[in-house]
Amino acid sequence: MSDEYEHKLEAKSDYVSDASSGTSASDIDKLPPAELPDQELYHSHSWWTTYVFSQDAKYIGVQYACTAIGTGILGLVLSWLMRLQIAFPGLGLLEPSAYYQFVTMHGMIMVIYLLTALFLGGFGNFLIPLMCGSRDMAFPYVNMVSYWMFLVAVLVLLSSFFVPGGPTGAGWTLYPPQAITSGTPGHNMGIILMLVSLVLFVAGFTMGGLNYIVTVLQLRTRGMTLMRLPLTVWGIFVATILALLAFPALLVGGLMMTLDGLLGTSFFMPAIVSMGEQLKYEGGSPILFQHLFWFFGHPEVYIVALPAFGIVSDLISIHARKNIFGYRMMVWAIVGIGALSFFVWAHHMYVAGMNPWFGFFFATTTLIIAVPTAIKVYNWILTLWRGNIQLSLPMLFSLGFIVTFLNGGLTGLFLGNVTVDVPLSDTYFVVAHFHMVMGIAPVLVVFGAIYHWYPLITGRMLNETLGKIHFWITFVGSYAIYFPMHYQGFIGVPRRYFEIYDSPYIETSTMGLNVFITVAALIVGAAQLLFIYNLISSARLGKKAEKNPWKANSLEWQTPEMPPAHGNWGKEMPKVYRWPYDYSVPGAKEDYIPQNVAPSAVTEAKVEKS
Amino acid sequence: MAVAIVILLIALGSIAFHFWSPWWWTPIASNWQGMDDTILLTFWITGFVFVAICAFVAYCVWKYRYQKNRIAEYKPEDKKLETRLILITTLGVIALLAPGLLVWNNYISVPDNAYKVEVVAYQWGWKFRLPGKDGVLGKTDIKLINDENPFGLNLEDSYGKDDLLVDEGELHLLLDRPVKFELRAIDVLHNFYVPQFRGKMDMVPGMITYYWITPTRIGEFEILCAEYCGTGHYAMRGLVIVDKEKEYNKWEAKQITFDKMFAKNKNNKNLQLAKNTK
Amino acid sequence: MNKFFKTLAEKPWEESQAKIDNEHQGKTLSLSKYKLGLRTIMVVSTIIFSFFIIAYADRMLIHDWRSMPEPWLLWANTGILILSSIMFHLTKIASDRQHNDKIKKGLYFIGFLAYTFLFSQLLVWYQLLNSGYYAATNPANAFFYLFTALHGLHLIGGLYFLGRTTSKFLRNNSKVQEIQHTIELCAIYWHFLLAVWIVLFGLMLFT
Ligand code: HEM
Ligand SMILES: [Cu+2]
Ligand SMILES: [Cu+2]
Repeated sequence: MSDEYEHKLEAKSDYVSDASSGTSASDIDKLPPAELPDQELYHSHSWWTTYVFSQDAKYIGVQYACTAIGTGILGLVLSWLMRLQIAFPGLGLLEPSAYYQFVTMHGMIMVIYLLTALFLGGFGNFLIPLMCGSRDMAFPYVNMVSYWMFLVAVLVLLSSFFVPGGPTGAGWTLYPPQAITSGTPGHNMGIILMLVSLVLFVAGFTMGGLNYIVTVLQLRTRGMTLMRLPLTVWGIFVATILALLAFPALLVGGLMMTLDGLLGTSFFMPAIVSMGEQLKYEGGSPILFQHLFWFFGHPEVYIVALPAFGIVSDLISIHARKNIFGYRMMVWAIVGIGALSFFVWAHHMYVAGMNPWFGFFFATTTLIIAVPTAIKVYNWILTLWRGNIQLSLPMLFSLGFIVTFLNGGLTGLFLGNVTVDVPLSDTYFVVAHFHMVMGIAPVLVVFGAIYHWYPLITGRMLNETLGKIHFWITFVGSYAIYFPMHYQGFIGVPRRYFEIYDSPYIETSTMGLNVFITVAALIVGAAQLLFIYNLISSARLGKKAEKNPWKANSLEWQTPEMPPAHGNWGKEMPKVYRWPYDYSVPGAKEDYIPQNVAPSAVTEAKVEKS
Repeated sequence: MAVAIVILLIALGSIAFHFWSPWWWTPIASNWQGMDDTILLTFWITGFVFVAICAFVAYCVWKYRYQKNRIAEYKPEDKKLETRLILITTLGVIALLAPGLLVWNNYISVPDNAYKVEVVAYQWGWKFRLPGKDGVLGKTDIKLINDENPFGLNLEDSYGKDDLLVDEGELHLLLDRPVKFELRAIDVLHNFYVPQFRGKMDMVPGMITYYWITPTRIGEFEILCAEYCGTGHYAMRGLVIVDKEKEYNKWEAKQITFDKMFAKNKNNKNLQLAKNTK
Repeated sequence: MNKFFKTLAEKPWEESQAKIDNEHQGKTLSLSKYKLGLRTIMVVSTIIFSFFIIAYADRMLIHDWRSMPEPWLLWANTGILILSSIMFHLTKIASDRQHNDKIKKGLYFIGFLAYTFLFSQLLVWYQLLNSGYYAATNPANAFFYLFTALHGLHLIGGLYFLGRTTSKFLRNNSKVQEIQHTIELCAIYWHFLLAVWIVLFGLMLFT
């Protein structure tokens, strides 16, 4: 991507501004005439093409979000069942095979079909055109197809619950040989449907991703340079690039494994004796699959994390009424983390039997990536410093995010450091770590973002009291679930255990801890239902939102109508005169100056040179 | 306001939990004290960062809470501060990484005097093979596995004849003697894990992986499988018993060699065949 | 690359920078959005094929690998692809010069070549399967089927757009300008597929 950039970047410096140092109002507002024709828009004519087969990115975004959240609720219910089984094995709630199927479906749903789809498909579609100041995505039709592909992928995934043998129980990592041999639940139909669903998801995502990239690069409004984009767009943009580069690895691994399963090829399958019977496979390498999987899997973590980073930066800045501290550093960190994330994949494989010398390399790269990540945390908290912090719901969730992400990031330093990973890998320490860092933390951002942008979508505010209850239960509750879980990991309780029955090395009190965790999980889960109720009921009964209720600067709040209409901007496209973080500018009357406010309107505001 | 207090409480509560809860790692029984030490070091550094940042956030939330006529500072960036923070973080990361890499180097370099034990994992249990008198493990191949030859030993390889085969899922080890585990799986991935030994490595069909330990404590320890391997994963247990030399030798003497076992199996099979043809 | 770093070094909050930024037209690359879209797709395809090639190289080293024979038909098919790339180049020149007749013939001929290629690839499959080279017999065979199938799928995707271009051209015969750009994009894609094929074929030939 960036190589092309070199030759193709518009030679901006060629324009010589003639308004060199004018002060009169007309002078400082002066813009060159638009060179690009306004974007052609598809206008729907029937109910079907308006509401169902919509080509409007805003609708598509909402469709993506609803589908993702709906699937996510299934993932949540599965987690309840698993937790009940772990805490109360006496109930005999699940069979081992069902437990493993639920672990797999839960993991896959949460990572791919909830978070990836929600951040990129949901927030990406809704926010990119609005924040860049364009009328719609670059290819609305392709964008629509992208959503429908995603829906089909979800349906295929769900259909695997109803086939003989049930869904696959291979773990979300889908490692061969177990994924397709008979000791694993769902080893014939289930795994194939899972792989087909993933292939569809990747295909659908590629179409969406194409749109995000082209829209961000080519369809911004006048005056919107890359460095004037809100960090939300940066996060989603870089995450999209990562996804386009990383998903092919999953696709390739998935296709090859499908053939191993269906045709009996031996890409990943070595000679094995399964259940006392020699299979006809020979020579394949299971480790090769793991490399492909994690070449996708690790960037996948950042595909979820980067949009969350971007969004939370904006939420913190807006609700602390202060510019984000170190904007440039934040952009560099996003780009840097994105680039580095392709060099750390094998930290998931320290004890997988690969050449042990790789351990040195990957431990080093992994700990290097901690530095830009730490920078982001510093900049968030430095944004709070000397801010004017409104404890609105989005801010509360952002604070929750900082604590949770910090915790999960720090335990990442344990697991990234080869030696420490040896005793801890594949134990509950890992489960606790990744739930903190890529489960709870991004989900808290999702909530914050929904409380923040809900008025823009529906024109109404979400109920504040319900929101507060939701926040407190979710934040404190999920910390109560996952913090103690690390200690089970120290004891050495392995993950993916259907039952941890009497083991001499496990103190019996650990069972009590399990009950505690499960109760907390059930309460946290119930709170999510409260949130769903709030979402649905507020759409009709919520308090009417005023325009730009949070007094934000970025373009999405500056549309002529709220919620924005088809085409977003009415007759005339907005012109951008500043970056999106002009909060509390010294001298200005208001504590915010939207991006499209011309300098002549705020002559009193003076930004001193830094 | 409440958030500031809660964030502070979470930080302090985490420390309290760490010190007062009964859950901590299982007492170690091998030479990998270095792993525990690295964990402790990491704990101190990261714990300090966690508390410091939480406290800072709580302070900011309290100090800079919204007031109508307060104006936030306008400061896009601060090069000096950012550079300093990067430097400190880098130092912290190096302090974590360096000892980690040293211990890892030990972990993957097997001492010359280590004796070998082969661990074979299958769905869902453990088998072991000792090199026998000649001290060398015979060659194996999954393709050769059958009823008479459950370990898949190569019949042409004379080193294999005196190998001792241990089929009951119980392994004895010598106290204070370094041992190298050669790990093999015959069906799917598994992982040979004894929590008290700290070590861990996946077993991959078609490959021989390894790690080494020196048992430092007499006792019985449970073997767990630490890599998901199908429906029976959670129940895939075995036993390691660390012995003094005398007990160990007694146990070793009771194990049968491959030669004997193969002849016995063959015999049984011939009998079986003879019966069937009657 | 340099420009990219320069962009990242901008300080958007400074007045001097704001003056420059205000004149920005909102476009980063001087490309049409279709061309950028096509390039993105080509990058993604390249990565997919690269992963396959890596997997191929890794798998090749294992002792059970037995190379496939290359039927002469594959050489003929390579020829067809080269010919259609040349044809596309000529058609593109024709469309630049607005030679309607030549464009029409060119598009038809390219379509014909593409279908011939696909049919002929199937024929190769048929021959190989008949002589016992099943996918499960050896990983080399499996890779062969996988590569040809994926390449074929890419071509079918291209045919969809070629078909749309052709019918658009037939509908408003006089206005060549409208489809000039599409022809150019299709031509790029065809050259890309030729390059992919040569790499894959070369890989299978030399190993
Ligand atoms: C309160 C909500 C949640 C609860 C109670 C929960 C609970 C669980 C449980 C019990 C397991 C199985 C652990 C094991 O047996 O090894 C699991 C696995 C997993 N969870 Fe969650 N989870 C929650 C939310 C999430 C979220 C939001 C994500 C998104 C990233 C997520 C991602 C995963 C993954 C990737 C796995 C691993 C699956 C595997 O081992 O194959 N979970 N979760
Ligand atoms: Cu990773
Ligand atoms: Cu297992």
